Amino acid sequence: MAVVTMREALNQALREEMLRDENVFLMGEEVAAYEGAYKVTKGLLAELGDKRVIDTPITELGFAGLGVGAAMAGLRPIIEFMTFNFSILATDQIINSAAKMLYMSGGQFKVPIVFRGPSGSAFQVSSQHSQAIESWFSYFPGLKVVMPSTPADAKGLLKSAIRDDDPVIFMEQERMYGNKGEVSDDVEFTIPLGVADIKREGTDATIVARSLMVPMALKAADVLEQQGVSCEVIDPRTIRPLDIETILKSVKKTNRVVIAEESHPYFGVSAEIGSQIMERAFDYLDASVRRVSGADVPMPYAKNLEELAIPGVDQIVAAVREVAYLD
Amino acid sequence: MRKRAPEPSRRQAGDKSVAVIDEEPGEAIDSPSLDQEAVKEAQKERLSGLDRATLIGIYHEMVLVRRFEEKAAEAYSSGKIGGFCHLYIGQEAVAIGAISAIRKDDYALTSYREHAHAIAKGMTPESVMAELYGKAGGCSKGKGGSMHMFDREVNFLGGHGIVAGQIPLATGVAFATKYKGTDQVTLCFFGEAAVNQGAFHESLNMAQLWKLPCIYICENNQYGMGTSLKRAMSFQDIAEKARAYEIAAEFVDGMDVLAVREATQRAVERARKDYLPTLLEVRTYRFMGHSMSDPGNYRTRAEIEQHQERDPIKLFAASLKEEGVLSDAEFKEIEAKVKEQVERAVQFAEDSPLPAAEELFTDVYANPIVPGKRD
Repeated sequence: MAVVTMREALNQALREEMLRDENVFLMGEEVAAYEGAYKVTKGLLAELGDKRVIDTPITELGFAGLGVGAAMAGLRPIIEFMTFNFSILATDQIINSAAKMLYMSGGQFKVPIVFRGPSGSAFQVSSQHSQAIESWFSYFPGLKVVMPSTPADAKGLLKSAIRDDDPVIFMEQERMYGNKGEVSDDVEFTIPLGVADIKREGTDATIVARSLMVPMALKAADVLEQQGVSCEVIDPRTIRPLDIETILKSVKKTNRVVIAEESHPYFGVSAEIGSQIMERAFDYLDASVRRVSGADVPMPYAKNLEELAIPGVDQIVAAVREVAYLD
Repeated sequence: MRKRAPEPSRRQAGDKSVAVIDEEPGEAIDSPSLDQEAVKEAQKERLSGLDRATLIGIYHEMVLVRRFEEKAAEAYSSGKIGGFCHLYIGQEAVAIGAISAIRKDDYALTSYREHAHAIAKGMTPESVMAELYGKAGGCSKGKGGSMHMFDREVNFLGGHGIVAGQIPLATGVAFATKYKGTDQVTLCFFGEAAVNQGAFHESLNMAQLWKLPCIYICENNQYGMGTSLKRAMSFQDIAEKARAYEIAAEFVDGMDVLAVREATQRAVERARKDYLPTLLEVRTYRFMGHSMSDPGNYRTRAEIEQHQERDPIKLFAASLKEEGVLSDAEFKEIEAKVKEQVERAVQFAEDSPLPAAEELFTDVYANPIVPGKRD
C-alpha cells in the first residue's frame, strides 16, 4: 500500500496490464511522446516502446474504429480520448461497431477494448470541454460504463476493464487526477466491474453519488452528521451494469434517497436509478427520490457561473434535509 | 512505389469507342474503356496465365452468387426475407476477382451489399441464405440479417450497415496483423459513396502513416442509393484521391474479373511484403436497385442496358469460350451444379428453425456480469 494520486494509480494499472499481456496496446492523442495531456501515460513510451504506446493524429472516429477492428482480430486496445468530449466524434464506432458486434455476429466477434479518458467538468474550459456524457453510453446494451472516484477504485477497476472481454467506457474525472489515496501495489489487485461500494455507512438517508460527486457527498455526510443526520454514501462505480441491489438494500434501510450527479438531469443516470428505486422499493420510501444534478445549461466559462452549474456540498446537504423533512 | 491511375475515359471525348450515355435523368459517369477489342485482348492474355481449375473456379463462383441473389430477390418478394436486401448483381467481378487473389486466412470486410463477398470468402450459401431468412442456422444465428454476415472460420468480419463504418475497422484488423507480425492482408470493400465520409479519409491517412497492410477496394457503381456520383462528389477520380495520402492506387475495370484479380494481386504483394496499403478504384455498375424497394427513377433503362452489355459474367464466359477453356456442355454443367447449390441453400434455410426466444438475450456481452457479485 502506498498513497498515490488518481493519475498515478491509473498509470500503474496501464503499466501493469501492458506488462502482463502483450496484446494490450495504448493509443490516443499525445499519449506517447507528450506522455499524456494529463500525464496519465507518463513513462509508458520509454518503458514499453512505440509498438505498444502509439500517438495518433487527431482523428477520433478513425482511431476508435481502428481499435475496434484490432480487438476483433485478437488484440486488447486501450483507446484514450484526450477528453470524452472528443469521443463524440467517435460515437459511430463505439455504438454502431463496438457495442453491437458480438450480438450481430451471433456471438462470434467479441470486442475487448477500453475507451478511457477524462470526462465531466474541468476548470473553466467552457461548454465544449466540460461534459458528463455517461448517460449516453450507459444507454447502449453491449457497453459497460465505469466511473471511479478514488485512486484505489481507479486502479482496480481499470485493470478489470482491460481484462474484460467487452467494450468498456472508462470515465475519469478531470478535476480528480490529483486526488490522493491508498492504493495496493499488488499486481493482482483488481476490483470487479458491476459492484457498488458503500463509501460511508449510515442509517437515516442514502446518497447515491458517482465520480466527482462522491467526495462532495462524503463532505455533505460530515456536515449532516453534525446536524444529527446519519448518511450512507453509495458509489455504484460501474454505471452499466448497475449494482442496483446494493442501492436498494441501503434505501430499504434508510427509507430516504438523494442521487447526486455532475451531469444534466434530463434522461440521465439519476433518472434511471430513481425509476428503479420507485419500481422496486416504493413501499420503503418515506419521501420522494430527490435528484441533485448539474445545471441544465451548457457549461459557462465565467468562474462564478461555472460554480453555480456544478452541484456542491450545500445542495446535497439541502436535498438530504428535504427528504428527511428537516426544513 | 506508386502506380498512377490511368486516365478515366471521360477525358477521351474524341474516342468513338466510348459510348455516350444520355445525361438526363440518368447521370452515370462514363464506363472505363469500352474498346471491346482491347478488353478482349487483355483478357486473353490474362487467361493464358492461369490454370484451368482456377478459371473454372472463378466462373463458377460468379454464376453461383448471381443465381443465389436472383433466388434471394424471389424470396424477398414472397416475404421470406425481411428488412433490407441489397443485391450485388452486376458487380460480381469485383468481390470474386479480388477475393480470388487472397488466402483463406486473409481478412475481408465489406458494407451491407455483402452476400457475394461472404460466399466468395468461403461461407456456405446455406449459412448465408439461412441468415437472410432470419433462421437459427444462419451465419449470425439470425441476429444479423442481410447486412451483418460474419464467419470467424473464414475471417469474414462483416457485414456493416453504416456507410464507411467498415473502413476504420478493416484498418484496425490490418493494424492487428502487423502488430502480431503475420503476413495476412485485409481487403476492405466499400461503395464510392463511402469516399465522402470522414472515416475513409481518416483511415487512409492512418494506413499510410503506420504502413498497414490494408487493401481498400472502392466499388464504384456510380450511385449512392439514388444519388449519382456526379451529384455527390466534387472531384470524381477516386483513385486520384490516394495521392493525398501517398497511397498506391489503381483504376480498375470492374467488369473484368481477371483485371480485378490482377490488380488485387499487385496490392497483396505490396501488403504482404512491405505492409503497404493500396486503394483500388474499381469501376462497376449495379444492375438492380439500391435495395429491393428502389423505384429506380434516377436512371434510365437505356443506361442500365448499356452497362448490361458488359455484364461481367457474360464477358468472362465469352473469353472462356473463345479460348476453349470451357465447352458448351461444360457451361451447362456449371449452371446445373449452381442450380443445385442454390436450391440446397434455400432448402436449408427453409428447414432451419427460428432462433429460440432465449437467443434474444444472449451475445450481448462476452462476459456478462451479475451486478453486485464479488468474485
